Amino acid sequence: MTRSPHNPALTAYAWLTALATLILICFGGLVTSHGAGLAVPDWPNSYGYNMFAFPLSQWLFVDNEFAGNGIFYEHSHRLVASGVGLMTVLLAVWLWFKEPRRWMRVLGICAVLAVIAQGVLGGLRVTLLSNTLGWIHGAVAQSFLCLVVTIALCRTRRWQDLATRPAGEGRAVKVALVTSISLIFLQLVLGAAMRHRHAGLAVPDFPLAYGEWWPATDATAITRYNRLRLEERAANDLEALDIHLHMAHRLNALLVLAAVTTTVTLILRREPGKGPRRGASIWLALVFVQAGLGIWTVWSNKAADIATAHVAVGSTVLALGVALALIAFRRYAPGRIDMSADVSAGAARPSGPLPA
Amino acid sequence: MKKLLVLAAAVAIGVPALMAGAEVTGKITLKGTPPKEIPIGLDPLCGRLHSEPVTTQHYVVASDGGLKDVFVYIKEIPGGKTYTPAADAKTPELDQEKCLYTPYVSGVMVNQPFIIKNSDPLMHNVHATPKVEGNKEFNVGQPVKGMEYKASFAKREVLLRFKCDVHAWMFAYVGVMDHPWFAVTNEKGEYKLPPDLPPGEYTLVALHRKAGESTQKITVADGDKKAVNFTMEVPK
Repeated sequence: MTRSPHNPALTAYAWLTALATLILICFGGLVTSHGAGLAVPDWPNSYGYNMFAFPLSQWLFVDNEFAGNGIFYEHSHRLVASGVGLMTVLLAVWLWFKEPRRWMRVLGICAVLAVIAQGVLGGLRVTLLSNTLGWIHGAVAQSFLCLVVTIALCRTRRWQDLATRPAGEGRAVKVALVTSISLIFLQLVLGAAMRHRHAGLAVPDFPLAYGEWWPATDATAITRYNRLRLEERAANDLEALDIHLHMAHRLNALLVLAAVTTTVTLILRREPGKGPRRGASIWLALVFVQAGLGIWTVWSNKAADIATAHVAVGSTVLALGVALALIAFRRYAPGRIDMSADVSAGAARPSGPLPA
Repeated sequence: MKKLLVLAAAVAIGVPALMAGAEVTGKITLKGTPPKEIPIGLDPLCGRLHSEPVTTQHYVVASDGGLKDVFVYIKEIPGGKTYTPAADAKTPELDQEKCLYTPYVSGVMVNQPFIIKNSDPLMHNVHATPKVEGNKEFNVGQPVKGMEYKASFAKREVLLRFKCDVHAWMFAYVGVMDHPWFAVTNEKGEYKLPPDLPPGEYTLVALHRKAGESTQKITVADGDKKAVNFTMEVPK
């Protein structure tokens, strides 16, 4: 059995798994955007059928017409999730046999455990009717995406051959990246909490909030908000917590914008590689797109497609941030062997095990 | 003579029976112009069941301002007596018809079984979302037309929401009361409480999901026929 860190097919497959995970998150976003998390009341079965044997005529095309209802969103989410689970198992097996770095093989196993845990969380959310589990399910999804992106990135030749720089030069970049990623993750957790409380759009205007810079959240105000809004979907009544979460999401968005702008400025100044510089520029652009989608979500009264796009771009922003951080931590790792001279001279790359 | 005696006996028995308790009726009127209802984007299958566009039904107002779907109830019946539905009471129903819950607002008594049924030729799920501890949340599928589910709730809750997660626009409210003196206003905004309200002083509550809550103190005696009207305002 030959183990090589340079197996393009395995690397491509790892990226494919990351892409499938992002698509799965989009499907999850559609489920919450359409308020369809409990449209299929049983799990792991679907309306009594084995999940994979649930007739297409019950959820996809009913009477030769596209169903487009809650069952479609929820059941397709389950099927895509099963597909991602299978892909993850295959990735772990492939890594186990072909990846020379032990920690990468361990990451593969961790991914399998995570995807199983995530599936069970999703199922329990349905059977226990638990919004809290739904919120955790949303947060774990983001973490799982980061894990798969880590595996995929660390498989790439570019990452493995990355030229080093003195660790001291990258301290600011590393701190800035960790800060940005933490804020982005917090933002996604806040978003997941808002979505899984199923209270609809808690604050219907922007940039103001109920006509104020900071809305009142006393009992009288909350009663008034609930009476003023005309729900199109079955949203839970608003509580003060919904307003607080929404406003925290807005405030943290400003922090994310500031942090990512600062981080990208640092990267563009100090990072020698063209790839990471381009990645950082795309990251910054995506963060502003994401802010725009957030505003659009409010102005569209939380239209399902806009809200789902907001989820998808948010996940992409986090994953890209994690990738940039991995690059920075490898670039400025203290005491790592510098292979830049070999690479620039076109010398043969090492074929044996890489430094752990 | 015999006929007269029979008539006298009937009056002697019947009058006190008629006199037992009071009857409260009334009308709820909405003041102000309600916001325009939002068109519902039905999915293709539900769309087939409607020939006209469907909108939300937060404010259903008659031409004279009569407000439908107001839950009117006696706030509290003193005495700590436990009430149960009359033995011959009709089992209340919550129907899923043309991808809408019917009625939008209704009432049942604590522990009173009521039926939730699917009259549509498509799948629905019935998801009760109580907030009061002791009332159990449930989510059951009704994939086939004609399916029925019998539910009941152990605690008083005004108002308890039902929803369908297959069709996110489907939701309805059920008032779960610990006594029988409640009613829901009809298309004209009129209500009528059950006729045997014991004599006494009460707080009468009119609750509308959007127009809010309004209360009035009432005093009734045996045989009273009281009209209690409310005026509610569109919130600003």
